[in-house]
Amino acid sequence: MKHTHCNCGGCHDSCCLKIEDLSVRFGTEPVLEHIDLHMHCGQIVALIGPNGAGKSTLIKAILGQREYEGKIVFTPAGGTAQTLRIGYVPQSPAFDRGDPISVQDLFACCLTRRPAFLPLGKSFRKKVLESLARVHGENLIDKRIGDLSGGELQRVLLALALEPMPQLLILDEPLSGVDVEGMETLMQMLDEIRKTCDLSILMTTHDFSMLERYCDRVVLLSHKILKKGTPLEVLDSEEFAEAFHMGGGGR
Amino acid sequence: MSVWYAFLDLFSMPWLSMDFMKNAFLAVLLMAPLFGILSTMVVTGKMSFFSDALGHSGFTGIAIGVLCGSAFPICWAVLLAVAFALLFSFVRRRTSHASETIISVFSSTAVALGIFIATMNGSSFTKFNRYLIGDILSVSSGEIGLLAIVLVLVLVLWVFASNRLVLTAVHPQLASSRGIPVGGYETLFTVSIAVVVTLAMNWVGLMVINSLLVLPAASARNVARNLRQYHLFSFLFALFAGVAGLVTSYYLGSSTGAVISLYLALCFAVTFCLRKCRG
Repeated sequence: MKHTHCNCGGCHDSCCLKIEDLSVRFGTEPVLEHIDLHMHCGQIVALIGPNGAGKSTLIKAILGQREYEGKIVFTPAGGTAQTLRIGYVPQSPAFDRGDPISVQDLFACCLTRRPAFLPLGKSFRKKVLESLARVHGENLIDKRIGDLSGGELQRVLLALALEPMPQLLILDEPLSGVDVEGMETLMQMLDEIRKTCDLSILMTTHDFSMLERYCDRVVLLSHKILKKGTPLEVLDSEEFAEAFHMGGGGR
Repeated sequence: MSVWYAFLDLFSMPWLSMDFMKNAFLAVLLMAPLFGILSTMVVTGKMSFFSDALGHSGFTGIAIGVLCGSAFPICWAVLLAVAFALLFSFVRRRTSHASETIISVFSSTAVALGIFIATMNGSSFTKFNRYLIGDILSVSSGEIGLLAIVLVLVLVLWVFASNRLVLTAVHPQLASSRGIPVGGYETLFTVSIAVVVTLAMNWVGLMVINSLLVLPAASARNVARNLRQYHLFSFLFALFAGVAGLVTSYYLGSSTGAVISLYLALCFAVTFCLRKCRG
């Protein structure tokens, strides 16, 4: 791995996303309190927690869609703080099955100013194909977005989130609605992407089976951070057992 | 207009011999792309019911305009429909009710208010019939000019904003994560629908106008595979129904708006069957 020093705790010399003392409230009710989280390039960090723990809220805060107190700072390796470019793969993408919008159209709507209802030319198509190649999805380009399977849709949205190349990739429940084989493919793809593209990945999940194999760090969240560390440390902790009502340590 | 008249005379078609038919034909040709394009977004954005309600609020505007003795009650209709659209966007963002519930609240209020004002002091309702049924044969050259301006404005809007509008309609979270002001675009679109619906109400009629805003795209969805085909088919269906409706109504004497709607319904039925065949 490129950033071997990442897991050692120190933040200097590596690019880093720092969330410091972040709090969010709905009206007077606090949803997230005093969140401190550091992420490094090349890391996959999993955000877990029971329903209503504030995982989606934290993501919205990072995306800038929700007001928060505290700081979110991004510093690239050896540089000064700058605006973070985020790629986002939204949760349970609810596309209407009937919409006559092809995958290429979706790319056009997101990436160009030229109207997608007019012919877009060969060079744009080539660009979309290149982008889809990152997720091994070139064959999906002319499919209607409503006709994609859960796994295919995830891959398309992932390809879209990587265009333009972000520094932080956020996936909201990428494993829900995808079968075991699809999960494996997706996680391997993420593993490949973080190595080739040198970005950090933050994902929320309810599926703990993939954590050990693919994630560098796991953050257990329930309004505040209950536990963070390596997948083993978190999955074996008292806090984990308590949060998921499993009684006793371990899985 | 004289060029247009002379041009049509070349074809020497019996139904185009009268000037008012030539006007109506031109109006239909302008309305086909207008409604063809707008309807794609109305359907994609799941706003069919909303556009229906807008027509109702336009009617209220006309009633108010007539009450105030305005020479152009249609201006009142446009103003009221725009206010309605803005108020609707405002309320929808601040409640947890489904949008259809909010739309129903608005549209029934608008209709009730319209009828209340129109029938105040025992006045007769019949003078409003023309707005309910519409009369495309009454379209004047000035109104055709207005229609052309609206069409150009909508085309400009489409060239500059359609990508973002589509994204906002199919996946608001994705749109906003890519920095698109979702609320702003939704409002922009609802306001343009409001303007077009109320302007066209004069000629097509409140009771059938929504078919023009929904059916072309609904039929196109049955067969289109991408945005390009979606727009193209929607436009072609609107054009076919418009021209066929005008000709048929000339020979049968029924209201043009209604015949156009029936042709659109036919388009939907045919494309629906084609979709079934395609599997």
